[in-house]
Amino acid sequence: MNLTLKVWRQDGPEATGHMDTHALGGVSPDMSFLEMMDMLNDQIIRAGEEPVAFDHDCREGICGMCSMFINGEAHGPGRGVTTCQLHMRSFNDGDTIAIEPWRAQAFPVIKDLTVDRSAFDRVIQAGGYISVNTSGNTIDANAIPVPKEQADDAFSAATCIGCGACVASCKNASAMLFVSAKVSQFALLPQGQPERESRVQRMVEQMDKEGFGNCTNTGACAVECPKGIDLSNIARMNRDFMSATVKSKK
Amino acid sequence: MSNSGILRSSLAKKYVMALSGLFLCLFLLGHLAGNLQLFNTSAEGQLAFNEYAHFMTTFPLVKLLSYLTYAAVLFHVVDGIALTIQNRKARPTGYVKEKGSANASWSSRNMGILGTIILVFFVSHMQNFWYVMHFGPIGESDGLKDLHTVVMTFFGPENGLAGLAVAGYVLAQFALGFHLIHGFQSGFQSLGLRHSKYSPLIDRAGLLFGIGVPTLFASIPVYLFFIQL
Amino acid sequence: MLDSKIPEGPLADKWTKYKDDIQLVNPANKRSIDVIVIGTGLAGSSAAASLAEMGYNVKALCFQDSPRRAHSIAAQGGINAAKNYQNDGDSVHRLFYDTVKGGDYRSREANVHRLAEVSTNIIDQCVAQGVPFAREYGGLLDNRSFGGVQVSRTFYAKGQTGQQLLLGAYSALSRQISKGKVDMLTRHEMMDVVMLDGKCRGIIARNLVTGELERHAAHAVVLATGGYGNVFFLSTNAMGSNVSAAWKAHKKGAHMANPCFTQIHPTCIPVSGEHQSKLTLMSESLRNDGRIWVPAKKEDADAIRNGTKKALEIAEADRDYYLERRYPAFGNLVPRDVASRAAKERCDAGFGVNKTGEAVFLDFASAINRYGKTEASIRGLSEPSTEEIVTLGKEVVKAKYGNLFDMYKQIAADNPYETPMKIYPAVHYTMGGLWVDYNLMTSVSGLYATGESNFSDHGANRLGASALMQGLADGYFVLPYTIGDYLANDIRTGAISSDSAEFEAAEKAVQERIDHLINNKGSKPVDDFHRRLGRIMWNECGMSRNEAGLKKAIVEIRALREEFWKDVRVPGNATSYNPELDKAGRVADFLEQGELMCMDALAREESCGGHFREEHQTPDGEALRDDENFAFVSAWEFVGDPSESKMIKEDLVFENIELKQRSYK
Repeated sequence: MNLTLKVWRQDGPEATGHMDTHALGGVSPDMSFLEMMDMLNDQIIRAGEEPVAFDHDCREGICGMCSMFINGEAHGPGRGVTTCQLHMRSFNDGDTIAIEPWRAQAFPVIKDLTVDRSAFDRVIQAGGYISVNTSGNTIDANAIPVPKEQADDAFSAATCIGCGACVASCKNASAMLFVSAKVSQFALLPQGQPERESRVQRMVEQMDKEGFGNCTNTGACAVECPKGIDLSNIARMNRDFMSATVKSKK
Repeated sequence: MSNSGILRSSLAKKYVMALSGLFLCLFLLGHLAGNLQLFNTSAEGQLAFNEYAHFMTTFPLVKLLSYLTYAAVLFHVVDGIALTIQNRKARPTGYVKEKGSANASWSSRNMGILGTIILVFFVSHMQNFWYVMHFGPIGESDGLKDLHTVVMTFFGPENGLAGLAVAGYVLAQFALGFHLIHGFQSGFQSLGLRHSKYSPLIDRAGLLFGIGVPTLFASIPVYLFFIQL
Repeated sequence: MLDSKIPEGPLADKWTKYKDDIQLVNPANKRSIDVIVIGTGLAGSSAAASLAEMGYNVKALCFQDSPRRAHSIAAQGGINAAKNYQNDGDSVHRLFYDTVKGGDYRSREANVHRLAEVSTNIIDQCVAQGVPFAREYGGLLDNRSFGGVQVSRTFYAKGQTGQQLLLGAYSALSRQISKGKVDMLTRHEMMDVVMLDGKCRGIIARNLVTGELERHAAHAVVLATGGYGNVFFLSTNAMGSNVSAAWKAHKKGAHMANPCFTQIHPTCIPVSGEHQSKLTLMSESLRNDGRIWVPAKKEDADAIRNGTKKALEIAEADRDYYLERRYPAFGNLVPRDVASRAAKERCDAGFGVNKTGEAVFLDFASAINRYGKTEASIRGLSEPSTEEIVTLGKEVVKAKYGNLFDMYKQIAADNPYETPMKIYPAVHYTMGGLWVDYNLMTSVSGLYATGESNFSDHGANRLGASALMQGLADGYFVLPYTIGDYLANDIRTGAISSDSAEFEAAEKAVQERIDHLINNKGSKPVDDFHRRLGRIMWNECGMSRNEAGLKKAIVEIRALREEFWKDVRVPGNATSYNPELDKAGRVADFLEQGELMCMDALAREESCGGHFREEHQTPDGEALRDDENFAFVSAWEFVGDPSESKMIKEDLVFENIELKQRSYK
């Protein structure tokens, strides 16, 4: 396959970026999108220029590091896949492909296609945990039964890989799907109940502080989410936040 | 968590949007019920409509409701603008290529534009009818302010711009329809009212509401326009 | 001499008694002690969180953009624990025994027993943290079975167990970060360890975004930097997984133990083309239900390879379910090393089933049929049609392995519900690593190694679902205790300064190496060298090894290393974000580590676990161990150049387990 790649190049957070055009030939349909990017970089390095910087690590769709906005969509045209799982067979010979970084105030560009997603970490640090010490001397794991359906829902929420595709796809750069997935995971489990209210309040507060936009329920996040995190999580967070706000003492 | 923090929270803004929006949906139903009387253009119809208009502008409880409605409109608009400004700031550099249609409905992505059209319509609507009803000039019939005639005239041949008015009215109802199709179920979602069993029903009700209410609204001026040709 | 510091006393009491006896650091003193943790996978996150909770000042580093992205996240199948929830006769002793046997008797009894003991705490801990393990309808935890064992002791969260466990540890870590007890440095890479008066007292780190070098001093340093499978270029590891931190430690005096013990995982998606950058694992749990086969007739295999025949056209009688044939007792659930070698044997004999001839079938047809019949009976269907059975069966298989099947479909563009998967072994895990004593301290004072980065628990072959167990055991329950015994002597030391000559010299050396790489301006990108190293390693130090091949590999690696330093091209500069530079530094270390692996493989004149020397096999092709001469850990000491490394032996003493020829027949 022969492709024309339009790639966003930006030297640093303060620099102005632009789209660069590269021609790439000899692409095989069996290659993953990132392998195609490797090939592009190989070509660029051999030509004595600076390769495209992009985040990637596990290349099997679970670490959440890869983050490309391909042809107008987070992680490209596939559904339920990350950029690394997207294969070139999803494209045609002669295609022009636009590749951009996640764009959000809260995700500043580091270089080219690499962005800083530490805002997500800070949201988790604000309360995305159960306060239990790592003594190993908690009660037996089977002492608290959890109804299977609830456990399965908690798991589904917990499968979020923190890639940020939700923010990237949302026209408002809102992080509601990410935040609500963690809130939901713990809200659905008995272990999460003691901190349920304070958790949602602290996480939402941090989310707002980071400069993410507001949710307008377009649902784009859930469509583009590589792990299929459901919108019901956002509703659950809306509900929990309201009840926490009404009930809280301060 | 301080109270001020709560009010500033993005979620609180969403609750305001949802509550005011859903309240306005109720208002629309009430308004529509009144308007439908306009299909009856006979003398009795005229009387009934004028009596209804009189009741709506004088009965204390209705007055209270009307203030609530103004407040809801105000909140909905101000909050909507605030949210839009914040959302713009959340993405200072836009995408070169963005395929919004791939993952979200057109109406959900254009609530601001739709809302603005509705707001413009709302202002002109208030000027054409509400203002006339309250501050005149308006004739009398059977001792009541004759709003019925005002409406008939507005969409009738005496008004040289009636055709334009009807077209504007219909266009605004289209905007309202799309606004409602997204807004109705979105309001429930924002309030956290989502359930795997009931949400499909809410979605369907929203669709029905979003298509039905504006269609009925729009049919009135169209009808009045054509019967007076 | 190597002192493994294994406590005296009966095996089952060692750990408990040892914990009671070791020195403690009181809470007030912990506040004045600094510990650095490198890596935030299961072992690193859990250690950093636990140490911070205990009161130490912790600095944690990871090269990824977030601690949550460490490669532990990719572990699919599960985590073992001797809970015996299934009432199938499991116990701490049985888990201990299975692990030592599975490791082909090349691990330390005391370490493994401790691992089995704390395994149960891990599950309790994780559940308390909100890790959503799979549950049964009654609300209790579900288990499944893994290779090399005859009980169901594996806890899992669909095919994403590693992710869920890591997110659990990450949440514990996040909690400590929010309290200010952990200073988390992301996109930071450790460049060297710094020694003061014979003790490890800090590190030189590089901020990967700005390129700045930083000095970080501490009373102790913990490496939790994972394995070095990427020395093979193609492996199931993440692209960033590397040996560098461990290798830098090795060069500063930490011995590298059993470096040649590499686990080749039998069920991975085969290589598809020359631009392949990594291999994807298909969880071992698939072997619970999948049957592995190749055509019994060569002409059928040829026909499949050149596309004239399809798998489904091969009659049942013409299929060779070679694992079931060779190992009737364990069948498709033999340990990984055995399954991998058996696949290679069939493919080498010309029975491979893809274009390259390096693939075998993993077939779910009989599982679909079996489950379909059960499901039909549950639903009360009398005389269901074949189609009905298949449809029902597919639903069950989908519920169990849906995400894995989807992953396969995505990569291989083939529907595994209809046709058998094609799989082939791939490098997955390194049992070898930094030598550590019972306290998890390396041969350098104050420098610890945990998780996959150390060598301690898996011998010559790791059992499935044991890596997660070891990572969390080390981080949550072992290191936080044992490190106190060392730090107790540091309560009067006070803060360590990073202004010393030692720090300066270390920083300078790091800077020089970086400058060299940047200024080299050769002709070939880093990956070019990495791929070539990988090919040498895979061909000569992979699933089977022999003397001639290893000797040849050593010569080739030396030459490649020389060429690398002369001809590598690293674009960009060292003062901004430059992933190519990061990669160059890592590959430079792989080029040294690779040679040591071959030297180790050459020195170990026996076959055991993942290490198969062609010269040492039974008449029917099974690994032939030599307990008389090789029941030891080979710990390599660095003496100036990788080629001159010296081997030191730590004899393995088995007091509780009788050494037997491992048999899964």
